[in-house]
Amino acid sequence: MVDPESRSGSPVAFDPAAAAGWVDAPPRMGFFTDTSVCIGCKACEVACKEWNGVPASGLDLLGMSYDNTGALTANSWRHVAFVEQPRPSGDDSAAPAGAGSTEFLGMPGAAPPGRTGSAHGRSDFRWLMMSDVCKHCTRAGCLDVCPTGALFRTEFGTVVVQEDICNGCGYCVSACPYGVIDRRADDGRAWKCTLCYDRIGAGMTPACAQACPTESIQYGPLDELRDRAAARVATLHERGVPEARLYGHDPSDGVGGDGAFFLLLDEPEVYGLPPDPQVPTGDLPQMWRRAGLAALAMAAGAVAAFLGGRR
Amino acid sequence: MTPRRPPVGERFRRFRDRLRAASGNIRAPSDDARTAPGTARPPSDDARTASGRRGVPPPEAGRRRGRGGEELTVPPAEFSSYYGRPILKPPVWTWEIAAYLFTGGLAAGSSLLAAGAQLTGRPALRRAGRLTALAGVTASGVLLVKDLGRPERFHHMLRVAKLTSPMSVGTWILAAYGPAAGLAAVAEAAPLLPERGPLGVARRMLPPVGRAAGLAAAGIAPALGTYTAVLLSDTAVPSWHAAYPDLPLVFAGSALASGAGMGLIAVPPAQAGPARRLAVAGAGLELFGAHRVQTRLGLVAEPYRVGHAGRLLAAGRALTVVGAVGALLGARSRVVSAASGAALLAASVATRFGVFHAGVASARDPRYTVLPQRERLQRRADEQDR
Ligand code: SF4
Ligand code: SF4
Repeated sequence: MVDPESRSGSPVAFDPAAAAGWVDAPPRMGFFTDTSVCIGCKACEVACKEWNGVPASGLDLLGMSYDNTGALTANSWRHVAFVEQPRPSGDDSAAPAGAGSTEFLGMPGAAPPGRTGSAHGRSDFRWLMMSDVCKHCTRAGCLDVCPTGALFRTEFGTVVVQEDICNGCGYCVSACPYGVIDRRADDGRAWKCTLCYDRIGAGMTPACAQACPTESIQYGPLDELRDRAAARVATLHERGVPEARLYGHDPSDGVGGDGAFFLLLDEPEVYGLPPDPQVPTGDLPQMWRRAGLAALAMAAGAVAAFLGGRR
Repeated sequence: MTPRRPPVGERFRRFRDRLRAASGNIRAPSDDARTAPGTARPPSDDARTASGRRGVPPPEAGRRRGRGGEELTVPPAEFSSYYGRPILKPPVWTWEIAAYLFTGGLAAGSSLLAAGAQLTGRPALRRAGRLTALAGVTASGVLLVKDLGRPERFHHMLRVAKLTSPMSVGTWILAAYGPAAGLAAVAEAAPLLPERGPLGVARRMLPPVGRAAGLAAAGIAPALGTYTAVLLSDTAVPSWHAAYPDLPLVFAGSALASGAGMGLIAVPPAQAGPARRLAVAGAGLELFGAHRVQTRLGLVAEPYRVGHAGRLLAAGRALTVVGAVGALLGARSRVVSAASGAALLAASVATRFGVFHAGVASARDPRYTVLPQRERLQRRADEQDR
């Protein structure tokens, strides 16, 4: 979404694993989630819970289409978003680009829309689904601020919490620009997607990608995925889906590019994603400088208070 | 979503209510009675949540309630969101962290006051400063450990030292400051010890040790008083992050003012001259910084002006002015001095909690996440066009 020229960011081929001190690291691995083929079956959510032993999130009705998970939380490491829009896919005439929105159209019926056998009774309806996950940022806010070293960069370039180290300080929760990592209430520690560190270490595919029946979730070396994604966008544009766009693929964005990136059919915020995320530590040098100035002002104030009068 | 989900029935009932509102049905009277008290949501609000669509700021009634008559600098804009849900996770920190911002600042301000008193020969002021510093830093430690999800693992903070993590930096600042402040305070007990025997040795050794420790604590105090601003700013929380240029000034001023406030309470007016001047200096810094935070940040300054946080910060401002004026004018009266000191302490508490709550409010509303980022993208696109 952002032109690489416009940013003085990290170099394009920046390898976070090497930067974290791994020697001879394997290629950086990641997810490409192609939402244009997602069917909202939530197999990824279930597979993730099963494999990783994530506790239940509780039974709940949220009134948000078929989404009763709500958000990525400590107990949901994949989250399928359902967006209902009063607009058929590919028809851009009704709404200008960028005016995408979420519309609640009432209780979904038991039968799929358009089962009437004719055009009659069909609604101008578009249903977007997207399986969200931790982005495994190149410059990860959560990792930068963790004061215990519980969060670390793996040899695959992913970001993982060590549950035996985390003391639940909660700093990572506020530092994630995507609102992904979360503290588990009854356990006190922070949890999130590990990109199945155990599985990929053994050469296997992460549980969600393995379970996805439409290959909406694709796992592989990040370079390869980026090529594949670019080709997919080109194909979609050719087929008359001009709103297809990539999100998080750009190594010059505010987080240095995501290890898990997406193909979206509307603006990111429609899916609950930030349009231009920035790693909070990007401004940290200026922050320390401003704090240093304030500390000097503090000391000067104290000196003046004692030298500035007789009594 | 995060901490405790409400019981299933609660959500389901809200869902049903929204469906009813969306389809224009008349609500059951009992439902009205349930939603009515306190919330008083106008129908448009229901429609908004039901369609999950617009980021139009909360409807008029809601906004008027907390605005305090100030003008919004940024006109409300529309944006899309996922059913109006927050994009960010609101901080999981609770009141302990806000309270720590105060106790840490109080300790820092008191240590500076004590060191000045030590160097200029004001024993009463020195004693008050050192004891307050010890109390402040002890409370800080307790509060910080208590806020952890796993308090028994607090020492995991000492595994690493990371400049990219202000919390790690703060841990080491506290680890250096705590013992120094503690030693300085303990040294005040020297006159209580017997003159002979092993304790007599301690009686003679303590004052010089206390002097060195007091100076060391004062040396670290400015870092302790200001790093907390970076702790808040180095997050994705919109209103905290955007405030990074001025938040350290607010916290530095608040730390000085609260330390001085304690001095005004503890020592007779005749010896409180430096505390008086420190109160004015701290109040000035705090008011200046807070003014900039509240006026220069565009949309993300709004949480500092409205609602609960806005009220707390307004109270903090008023109390700061009262405390500083009282400190200046009450030089003769013990009562007026002590009252001004108390006002300054209360002001510091209000300011810290106000800043804390403003950040939490900004993370809860997707408006403060999406709109500034959209603006940034637009600016960048415009720059490229030129
Ligand atoms: S998306 Fe959030 S939790 Fe995941 S790596 Fe990035 S900053 Fe960390
Ligand atoms: S909650 Fe755990 S993982 Fe998150 S920053 Fe604190 S120690 Fe690190």
